[in-house]
Amino acid sequence: MTQGIYEILSNVKIARDVYEMVLSGDTSAITAPGQFLNIKIEGLYLRRPISICDWDGETITILYKVVGEGTEKMADMKAGGKLDILVGLGNGFDMTCSGDRPLLVGGGVGTPPMYGLCKRLVAMGKHPVVILGYASAEDVLYEEKFHEMGVEVRIATVDGTRGVKGFVTHAMDGLDYTYFYACGPIPMLRALSDASVTSGELSFEERMGCGFGACMGCSCKTKYGNKRICRDGPVLKKEEVIW
Amino acid sequence: MVNTKVNLCGIELDNPVIPASGTFGFGYEFAELYDINCLGTFSFKGTTLEPRFGNPTPRIAECPEGMLNAVGLQNPGVDAVISEELPKLAKCFHKPVMANVSGFSEYEYVTTCERIDAIDSVGWIEVNISCPNVHGGGMSFGTSAEAAGQITRAVRAVTKKPLIIKLSPNVTDIASIAKACEAEGADAVSLINTLMGMRIDLRRKKPIIANKTGGYSGPAIKPVAIRMVYQVYDAVKIPIVGMGGVSTAEDVLEMMLAGATAVEVGAANLVNPFASRDIIADLPRVMEKYGVQNLTDIIGGAH
Repeated sequence: MTQGIYEILSNVKIARDVYEMVLSGDTSAITAPGQFLNIKIEGLYLRRPISICDWDGETITILYKVVGEGTEKMADMKAGGKLDILVGLGNGFDMTCSGDRPLLVGGGVGTPPMYGLCKRLVAMGKHPVVILGYASAEDVLYEEKFHEMGVEVRIATVDGTRGVKGFVTHAMDGLDYTYFYACGPIPMLRALSDASVTSGELSFEERMGCGFGACMGCSCKTKYGNKRICRDGPVLKKEEVIW
Repeated sequence: MVNTKVNLCGIELDNPVIPASGTFGFGYEFAELYDINCLGTFSFKGTTLEPRFGNPTPRIAECPEGMLNAVGLQNPGVDAVISEELPKLAKCFHKPVMANVSGFSEYEYVTTCERIDAIDSVGWIEVNISCPNVHGGGMSFGTSAEAAGQITRAVRAVTKKPLIIKLSPNVTDIASIAKACEAEGADAVSLINTLMGMRIDLRRKKPIIANKTGGYSGPAIKPVAIRMVYQVYDAVKIPIVGMGGVSTAEDVLEMMLAGATAVEVGAANLVNPFASRDIIADLPRVMEKYGVQNLTDIIGGAH
């Protein structure tokens, strides 16, 4: 983990209530896709944890949905603004387990970490298949960008306005995969975990105090003992999750 | 050169800055970020006789200039603290540490303190009779002078280490409770623990925190803490460890002028993991700015 001041390069709306923010600064603390940032926002006391979508040597991309006070303030931020951010938090996904054809599942704003993960798995010569689930067509995130990587992408929407009508599990029919990675709402993670035929990893959310393991605000029970979502997670193995 | 040293119950501290229990774990997460030997000391995660998971989540809520927490004393229990956490800490912290103990009965407080008493690296035992987030213990011992005195007397009997009783602000007369602790042999009192509060989610129309209530900490509560430290300083002769919203070196001076011998830093560590280190680094500048040569000289100076 590092603390630094990051410059906002861009902050644009890309779907209903969802914004893409590109930040410039030190990215050396990021070790795996699925890690997150913790952002200090003027006028708010606690930092706001946001998953990392993608990164390179100088920039970090995040996608966030406006759901409350913190993200409302973020949506108003302009390019050129500066933010105090803790970077490289959490464990992230273990890419050594993927096998040749991993299944990546993102639900809503669970999509962003799947993008960074997919990019790296493709670079490793893997052949991921991606399922993205949303409420409606206007919520779909990064569909084009996933296609640009040449991977198979399936979309599910609850109202059927794009792709398969229903949940991500309805888009899994006939799919062969070697392992799975998922991020999204807890009901989705649970349904996926139940439907899956391989081992896999799931990324969880929780209200956090610090984001780096000090306050015990985001603890959960697992089959391998108590874990802190921020420090020992946010990614847990399918086998350890207690639903 | 200014002198930041203070003496807390016979043990000299390089400076009065002490990360507060529950905001600093067992130290080693922070030791990955900076050399924690710069601290005066720190108060480790509240320890109980048995392991505790604590309360259901959500346990945290945003507040104006602060936060609510209802962690509920999650800890691995005193035996695991001694056999696992403290050996890890010993690798990165070489000063006497402050042990923080909580319980749900007199027996638990006493037994936990007895086991902690045997640990050489523990300099002080801070007994938490003021946790607002647990039921059937914690704060219920700290809201009457009689119960506070009873716990103090019981743990006093099992340790010769400096004994600090951590007091609740959720009382009508904190000074009388501090006096009861002093009368039963406490070497110091620390205050304030968090103020009990609640926030409600407008979307769900229910309390944000699963425990419903939580403890309010952060800069918002600093004036309450300063006032209570000031009142307790008038009431007792034993030293006071002041805390509540301390986030800057200026806050340390303010707390000491109110009557604190040492100062704990809590919520600030959670929003800025380097907060305690930064406060210590800034102390000499702020002391010079306000014409303070020896920090010890200003203890209770506002009276």
